[in-house]
Amino acid sequence: MTGDAPRPYTLVAELTYRCPLRCVYCSNPLDYADHRDALSTADWLRVFREAEALGVVQLNLTGGEPLIRDDLETLVEGARALDLYTNLITSGIPCTRERLTRLRACGLDNVQVSVQDVRAPESDRIAGLRSFERKLEVARLVKELGLPLTINVVLHRENLDRVAEIIALGESLHADRLELANTQYLGWALPNRRALLPTREQLDRAREVARAARERLRGSMELLFVIPDYYSEFPKACMDGWARRFIVVSPDGLALPCHAAHTLPGLSFDRVQDRSLEEIWQHSDAFNAYRGEAWMPEPCRSCDRRAADFGGCRCQAFHLTGNAAATDPVCSLAPGHGLIEAARGESSAPGPADLEYRTARSSTSA
Amino acid sequence: MPDTGSRLAAEARPRLAPKVRLRWDRKDERYMLLYPERGLVLNATAAAVVKLCTGEHTVAAIVERLAEQYAPQPPEAIEREVLTFLHAMVDRGLVRSDG
Repeated sequence: MTGDAPRPYTLVAELTYRCPLRCVYCSNPLDYADHRDALSTADWLRVFREAEALGVVQLNLTGGEPLIRDDLETLVEGARALDLYTNLITSGIPCTRERLTRLRACGLDNVQVSVQDVRAPESDRIAGLRSFERKLEVARLVKELGLPLTINVVLHRENLDRVAEIIALGESLHADRLELANTQYLGWALPNRRALLPTREQLDRAREVARAARERLRGSMELLFVIPDYYSEFPKACMDGWARRFIVVSPDGLALPCHAAHTLPGLSFDRVQDRSLEEIWQHSDAFNAYRGEAWMPEPCRSCDRRAADFGGCRCQAFHLTGNAAATDPVCSLAPGHGLIEAARGESSAPGPADLEYRTARSSTSA
Repeated sequence: MPDTGSRLAAEARPRLAPKVRLRWDRKDERYMLLYPERGLVLNATAAAVVKLCTGEHTVAAIVERLAEQYAPQPPEAIEREVLTFLHAMVDRGLVRSDG
């Protein structure tokens, strides 16, 4: 997808932050319990219509666990009527054959099921819930019903050495797509970073395994390996640039340029209950705050890569340096890069660290 | 035939992979292929080929149809373009050619 003018291609609909799992790297904000479900079925359908009119062609139905919404069928039907490519991003819990059959009939295009590891004890330990075997059943059900299946596995130091087994699991489930995404250290993953960040050697080995498998599986199973930016020389193009290609709507109706933007201070976010998505996309202060290049500090401002990585991730910049307008410290040229080097150093420290599970806590006590 | 690392016989009947959907992009007036978390903008020739990837038409028939459609452009050039595109689609798992 080309062209430089901001145009949203993807709407990420976070239907609810509620979820039976308690994954230690959940990307929902730490104060997720303060953002209650506030959008009705009609609200979401209007948001889909407004998004499509703005140019959105992809809809990710996510959360939390989107299956918790009992109007999911109506939402999928509405999305399909707008010709949106609709991807259900689910933990697989709770899901039944009847529900999936109905969702398929409503026009669902793809189901993405998360699995935390290749073995039940390890997977359940990360999820904080006994769920592994049920997830595999749901994945098989997806294929049995003839729906395309994506398996998503978040990678970290505890499962990175099992990438070959994870790929074999994806193959045995006949996944159309296997997404191996290294943990992004935001949300719940940041307080758990010490337990989750792999060593460079682990990462290099896993990357090689994934590269070889991608060649072998070319044309049958799409294999995606998302490198952790902590071991990159330059930052990733977070969200393909701030307010450039994505709109995220939170369960309480906040329109956001990324799923963690509401953790940044000093920005005011509009609610889809109050303004149209078009107005928000064009005029919202938050969407315009880091759009383009005018906000960039040095070394970004004069950097040849500024149109490739857009200065990296604003949320990472804030949560690590305290300044959302700083160069993403992942960048080897960033003044704050020492913070990343220190974290990498911790990853080679021996001994397991405690895990902090996702649990309801309010922003005031966080 | 350009070597793109996969074989596609003249009698193969390509069809879109189950995860892929063709959509008219009314915003920018062009066709796009959509699949999980990705999209691919198609030029007019590519869109004409994709519309024939239904599992009914052979590669040879698709080439022939496109050559007619794009006459008087030289048929060899059309054939090269169609085959290169189809091979790339098969390699990316967006088009299946089993059968």
